[in-house]
Amino acid sequence: MDAKHYDMGEIDIAWCPGCGDFSILKVLKEALAELDVAPENLVMVSGIGQAAKIPHYLRCNVFNGLHGRSLPAAFAIQSSNPNLTVIAESGDGDMYGEGGNHFIHNIRRNPNMTNLVHNNMVYGLTKGQASPTSQRGFKTPVQVDGVLLEPFNPVAVAIALDASFVARVFIGDREHTKDVFKQAITHKGYALVDILQPCVSFNKVNTFQWFKDNTEKLPPDYDPTSRQQAFAQACRTCEDGKMPVGIFYTNLNKKPYHENIPVYQTDSSPLWQRYRNDNKLKELIERF
Amino acid sequence: MGKSFSGIRKDVSVVLCGSAGMGVQTVERLLVRIFKQAGYHVFATKEYMSRVRGGMNSVTIRVSSKPVQAEVDRIDVLIPLDKGAIEHVQRRLTGGTLILAEPDYLNDAVKEKCPRCMEVAFTEIAKAIGNKLYSNVVAVGVVGAIFGINPDLLTDFIRKRFSGKEQNVIDENVAAVEKGYEIGNELCEQHQIRMAIEPDSLVNDQILVNGVEAVGLGAIAGGCNFIGAYPMSPSTGLLTFLAKHAREFGIVVEQAEDEIAGVNMAIGAWYAGARAVASTSGGGFALMTEGVSLAGMMESPLVVHLAQRPGPATGLPTRTGQEDLNLALYAGHGEFPRAIFAPGNPQQAFDLTARAFNLAAQYQVPVFILTDQYFVDTYYNTPPFDASAVKVEHHFVETGQAYRRFEITENGISPRGIPGYGKGLVVADSDEHDEAGHITEDLDLRVRMVDKRLSKGRLLEEAVIEPTLWPNEDFKTLVLCWGSTLPIMQEAIAVFGRDDVSLLHFAQVFPLPIDLRQTLEQAETIICLEGNATGQFADLVELHTGISVDEFLLKYNGLNFTVEDVVASLEKMIG
Ligand SMILES: Cc1ncc(C[n+]2csc(CCOP(=O)(O)OP(=O)(O)O)c2C)c(N)n1
Ligand code: SF4
Ligand SMILES: [Mg+2]
Repeated sequence: MDAKHYDMGEIDIAWCPGCGDFSILKVLKEALAELDVAPENLVMVSGIGQAAKIPHYLRCNVFNGLHGRSLPAAFAIQSSNPNLTVIAESGDGDMYGEGGNHFIHNIRRNPNMTNLVHNNMVYGLTKGQASPTSQRGFKTPVQVDGVLLEPFNPVAVAIALDASFVARVFIGDREHTKDVFKQAITHKGYALVDILQPCVSFNKVNTFQWFKDNTEKLPPDYDPTSRQQAFAQACRTCEDGKMPVGIFYTNLNKKPYHENIPVYQTDSSPLWQRYRNDNKLKELIERF
Repeated sequence: MGKSFSGIRKDVSVVLCGSAGMGVQTVERLLVRIFKQAGYHVFATKEYMSRVRGGMNSVTIRVSSKPVQAEVDRIDVLIPLDKGAIEHVQRRLTGGTLILAEPDYLNDAVKEKCPRCMEVAFTEIAKAIGNKLYSNVVAVGVVGAIFGINPDLLTDFIRKRFSGKEQNVIDENVAAVEKGYEIGNELCEQHQIRMAIEPDSLVNDQILVNGVEAVGLGAIAGGCNFIGAYPMSPSTGLLTFLAKHAREFGIVVEQAEDEIAGVNMAIGAWYAGARAVASTSGGGFALMTEGVSLAGMMESPLVVHLAQRPGPATGLPTRTGQEDLNLALYAGHGEFPRAIFAPGNPQQAFDLTARAFNLAAQYQVPVFILTDQYFVDTYYNTPPFDASAVKVEHHFVETGQAYRRFEITENGISPRGIPGYGKGLVVADSDEHDEAGHITEDLDLRVRMVDKRLSKGRLLEEAVIEPTLWPNEDFKTLVLCWGSTLPIMQEAIAVFGRDDVSLLHFAQVFPLPIDLRQTLEQAETIICLEGNATGQFADLVELHTGISVDEFLLKYNGLNFTVEDVVASLEKMIG
């Protein structure tokens, strides 16, 4: 399939010129096209933020819900119709801050979905406050003395929760990002891709060049099935060297959520195709 | 009513009381089923403390020759299962109350107040049979005798009930109920006790469901196949009910990490074509309000079961109240239509819950079902629900290439597409959006979208469930009530016995009927009965009709109204 398939035509895009979001959009379209995901079968779920506008910029089904709440909605969409390809995509503030509790528990459910997080280490849409991933010392109009808090480490948290697919990429490396996206989308179960992305308007510290200088690929012989190793790699931060990028961890022994619940065990049809069982209901009522 | 227990009664209230873990529930379950099998009309409700062990809990069971559906204060027969039990129900005892108690539970003060108290050494008898745990079954036997239950029915019932257990346990339980029966008979003779409850052949074919089971059955009848909920008393019963039947009926049941997740799951599920319910109590519903607003903006169907308990904040977790009408009415920022049901009995709970799913699907709005602790925990025999009378209306369409989710139509309802069904794309947004569902800041379009959404409110008004006017079309005094208080109010009016008093019960509290004013204008006096301190429903009625209520009958101590409560108040107000 051609990536043009996902083009929206002439639309007004609300991102700043030069923003990393554009590259993410382009790479995502290419990955989807290479995987032949039909737009009618794709649901992009997002919250609120600059990143969260992405579903509006490619042709597909869209659930652009509340700030921080994309994951519960995406989980429900996927488990109501497991035939859909579901991607939950938003910013670092949305997924790790407002939606932090859902981030944790959605991983525990292991729904068959992809979770793409634009990590620009800042709140873009609300004009430049610290996000959970902002580095210590990052100054903003709110964090006037610089961020004092420990940065949130989504990759380490996901591995601690035994998420079944955990990756980090830098959007500056498009080929690598595309390859990881494709693996994440085809992965059966929950797949996290934390995408390092420069914000040219509100993050003058973590720039394109900064990400380039402070990241490096996981070693070529790296084995992503070892949780201990994955955790060790995840704990490497830019405070003590370079942040690794790549697929940190996969656990292929886990079944996706919908395969674990009785609803789909004998019937794989989505819920909207089903009918009430009148006889059973009558029987149930009479049992009281 | 309200008088002491004397002579022959056709309507008896039996109260079991004890600390948590002392078997109140076991005795309740056994007795209620035995009474029903004997063909008696039976009612049961409970009040309990917010703790797992200890505390004091009580169950009121009413047994009658005629249908009984409301709680009374008076206790005709008390079985204390614990030392502190008599003290706990002190205020409900009368000179006629029959107390069957372990000898050391009775002191002189009690004996003086209730001359008809009888010592039964339940524990000693049980120990002699084999285990003091059998004392509850001995009590069942005693009560069975007093109510003239056929001894074969009693032993058969106990045998069946314990059929999974080892033979000696079955035998000893049977021996316990037989011994209890023997003692009960002796007591009846000594003290000339006789209950004259006549069996009714209709009872046998009826079902025993509590409020939350009725909501659950209604949900399944309405095609519910998804619930994401976070436990909170008194709403948890719906989550456990649907979990229990998930396999049989193909329901996705997920315990959400919080109520915010619960409601967003429900909206996501509806988007994908499922029929979802969120279930919670006041505190959890407060967390859901942003999601309610999302349903308003996305024009998503949504059904929320809101089981009320007293607030603010954590309030009284296991008690009852009707304090969250305003919360449901105004939940969610921005302006959008909604419907609110408040069933008054299990049949209404079944019908209205099923209807909530169809209404939500048809008008693409949030629909709330308000219950409360009293309602969810109360049960009585009722004719079986007829599920075939309820159709599951899907109200979604196969999309075409040019599909636009928020197409502006004449009546404001845009055909609802779902992803994966048809060639179109379904774009839903929490931002203000254009007809295709994409973000817009076109402020003229914004106005058209608001008008479109609000126009559905008028359709909801046309689809309103009319309130029940009972028993007389002509009245001087009209008592307004809503939700769980219906049967209590009905019995109170019957007892009060004046044919110029009627009640107007609202099983749908929003929107209100367009012509409500005309009904209210017929009344000389309007009384509003509510389980809150401020008269929230009366305010709503006034807002809607311009008519203010003359008298309030409010209760907010955490307990439900009882028949005597209401009768006494009516006597004061209009007696
Ligand atoms: C409940 C709620 N709180 C706050 C906001 C305001 N808000 C919108 S986006 C956002 C943060 C966006 O940051 P991020 O998710 O990192 O996305 P970015 O704009 O950086 O891509 C905030 C605080 C909101 N929309 N809703
Ligand atoms: S604010 Fe930052 S992240 Fe948002 S579009 Fe502009 S540059 Fe991109
Ligand atoms: Mg951000």
